[in-house]
Amino acid sequence: MKASPSTATTGGLSRRTFLQSTALGGLMLGLQLPLAGRVRAAAEFAPNAFVRIAPDDTVTLIIKHFEMGQGSTTGLVTLLAEELDADIERVAIEYAPANAQLYGNALLGGAQGTGGSSAMADSWTKMRRAGATARAMLVQAAAQRWRVPAAEIAVSRGVVSAGNRRATFGELAAAAAEVPVPETVSLKAPGDFIYIGRESTRRVDSRAKSTGTATFTIDVRLPELLTAVIAWPPAFGATLKSYKADKALQVKGVVDVVEIPEGVAVVAEGMWPAIKGRRALELDWDTARAGPASSEALYAEYEALADQPGQAVVASDDTAPRLAKAARKVTATYHFPYLAHAAMEPMNCVAWLHDGRLETWSGHQFPSIDHPSAARAAGLETSQVTLHTLVSGGSFGRRANPWADFTVAAVQVAKALKDKHGWERPVRMQMTREDDTRAGQYRPLYVHKAEIGLDANGALSAWRHAIVGQSIMAGAGMLRDGQVDESSVEGVEPTPYSIPAHSVALHSPAQPVRPLWWRSVGHTHTAFAVETLMDELAEAAGKDPVAFRLALLDGDPRMAGVLKRVAEEGNWGRELPEGRAQGIAVHYSFRSYVAQLVEVSLRADGLPRVHKVHCAVDCGVAINPDQVAAQMEGGIGFALAGALYGEIDIEQGEAKQSNFHDYRVLRIDEMPEVAVHIVDSRLDPTGVGEPGVPPLAPAVANAMYRLSGKRVRRLPFAAA
Amino acid sequence: MIQFSVNGEAVAHTGDPEEPLLWVLRDSLGLTGTKFGCGAGLCGACTVHVDGAARRACVTPVKTVEGQAVTTIEGLGAQGLHPVQQAWIAEDVAQCGYCQAGQIMAAVDLLRQVPNPSDADIERLQTNLCRCGTYTRVRKAIFRAAAAQGRTPATEGES
Repeated sequence: MKASPSTATTGGLSRRTFLQSTALGGLMLGLQLPLAGRVRAAAEFAPNAFVRIAPDDTVTLIIKHFEMGQGSTTGLVTLLAEELDADIERVAIEYAPANAQLYGNALLGGAQGTGGSSAMADSWTKMRRAGATARAMLVQAAAQRWRVPAAEIAVSRGVVSAGNRRATFGELAAAAAEVPVPETVSLKAPGDFIYIGRESTRRVDSRAKSTGTATFTIDVRLPELLTAVIAWPPAFGATLKSYKADKALQVKGVVDVVEIPEGVAVVAEGMWPAIKGRRALELDWDTARAGPASSEALYAEYEALADQPGQAVVASDDTAPRLAKAARKVTATYHFPYLAHAAMEPMNCVAWLHDGRLETWSGHQFPSIDHPSAARAAGLETSQVTLHTLVSGGSFGRRANPWADFTVAAVQVAKALKDKHGWERPVRMQMTREDDTRAGQYRPLYVHKAEIGLDANGALSAWRHAIVGQSIMAGAGMLRDGQVDESSVEGVEPTPYSIPAHSVALHSPAQPVRPLWWRSVGHTHTAFAVETLMDELAEAAGKDPVAFRLALLDGDPRMAGVLKRVAEEGNWGRELPEGRAQGIAVHYSFRSYVAQLVEVSLRADGLPRVHKVHCAVDCGVAINPDQVAAQMEGGIGFALAGALYGEIDIEQGEAKQSNFHDYRVLRIDEMPEVAVHIVDSRLDPTGVGEPGVPPLAPAVANAMYRLSGKRVRRLPFAAA
Repeated sequence: MIQFSVNGEAVAHTGDPEEPLLWVLRDSLGLTGTKFGCGAGLCGACTVHVDGAARRACVTPVKTVEGQAVTTIEGLGAQGLHPVQQAWIAEDVAQCGYCQAGQIMAAVDLLRQVPNPSDADIERLQTNLCRCGTYTRVRKAIFRAAAAQGRTPATEGES
């Protein structure tokens, strides 16, 4: 079927409707053809693994990154459409299947996954090249058809033309498919960009997400779909002794109760009977090995450990003698609690074992982990397992999971039902909010101890720092023996500040709680320690906090650049009404530079009210400036929630918090006004999903000190 | 049997009268725009309208909506996009988007109660949680929708 854009079946729809219906169509195709895979239309043009152009003019981009809200889908569409000279309004999307060879992330060692704020950095050249290659082949096809030199051919918004001859991409698709793939293509000069860097380029998923039609894992509908709710261990390290399911099985709608390695699954025809069935279970847990004893006990244990030598991250012979001679010293001990991610969509996965195969639907953030994990749980080869990656209601690190916990649990339930009954019904494993909050996989609890010396002139002389806390990389099985877990120390070492003598030691005790990366990972605690210490040192040296930092950032113009920019934009040092103070912090993370200047007052309960945040960011080229701003806004809100309230408190191995009443996230009345200032840059793009988080809490703490005279050494502020 | 309407269509629920409206909408009626976030009325991801007023469906036993008219996000946009949805799209409010159907339903009710809201009105009435931190844009979108609604012929006639 051929159609021009104005009369195409999709022509009457806006791009957003089109995207949304395509997403649903893709899902339905998966259901209809679970075994056959996708059959490509004969006249379709697919020059590489990322782009397909159909005779009906549909340009489909295969999205190699998981969308958790960070906007990378929009970013990839922007990059492809730019170099393809496609009509960005008419680019449809499909999320990539599990295939690291085609869709691997060079910044994650070639694994297929989304994390470390790396999607745009990995895609910058890859996606533009994919678009430029397809464009060159369409141009070549037109040149052959019209017998004109390729150089005389123009392409604009999906239409190829030369003089008064024109053809749409779809009309050229079949011919372009016969053109040899060029080995080299040239990319546009930045001055020629029409989509990249433009405020007018909008999110591709706003319509679906504003009409309730975006399909999340919780929304997947399949014939005879079952719902499983699992009775998980009540404490970390607890194991099941025995259980009785009689009463649960009597609940109308419960179809069975099955044991899986981690707990007991109540399987029902819907969520409500599954929840009621779980309430009716009688469970006997062995909690003898549950732990840790308490968060407070861990703080005490970790403080003692901090005084021991530990693993040397960096060690200068000059540190001890310089500290001994220091004219003034600043010493500080910091406490950082366990933190849950609290993504809005509680963790879930749909698993369907049928016809000797497995299909899963989930927010598969790391297909390179989820795919083999799902296969192992099912007792199948990865070639027998199809992952369907869906958008998810947040992640913040939770879905990039070395244990693939929610995927594996769903598969285990499906397998238990198949083994027991021979059923081949799809099952959705759905956590409740309480399950999700208490499931572990937390940002670990950390203690920092620092001792820093200034010389007689107030110049930084030596810095000794100890960090104690679980290793995320060791927990994930990704650390060699003796290797330093960089994610425990990043931000303290390496640091952009010039420190004449620097010694950093690390202790990484293991605990029964699974540790996991939480939006901005190590920087969640290191930035707080370093950036509040910078203010203390400036005060001890009798210097302005901005000037003190700048003196230590001589070799780093981009760090200095964002700090100066935010100080200008936020009018650092301006007169403020009584009861208000400014605070400032700057941090480098995920290859980006972010400085924030906050204006704060204290509420009656002593907690800070953050009125305004100026945020300067240098992330190289801002592919979608409005989405860079959105990530800074969101990062600030996420960081402020953690700083104000974030704490999972553990007692006898049990997480004491369970839902939003006691694990508070930010509310609208606590969200500051945010002004984002993006540094104009032509350098390759770097991360924005995480770098907005680290500077916020220390900037607020620095302002709090100016108001109260008290240094904040413990997070959250509510616990200090 | 509990009878009520959803998006203008008559519905009869024959199951557990205590079942929260949320699961009836999602699991029995297939209306998945209304989301599950907390199950305790804390986050508002499940916000729907019952006789025009915002209600948290996860803590609303279905028996309590007997004879009432329920509207979900699917019903809101049935005659084209609602002005609040248009404002949400114009401001690119959504990030993950999971809470946004609930945010929009809450905002529609907010504007019903206070057609020209102040910041304080928004802070008092828009109590839904967003973990992505889209609040700055939620606020902007509510103001945008309020301005758009103020320009509609009906209210222009009043002013």
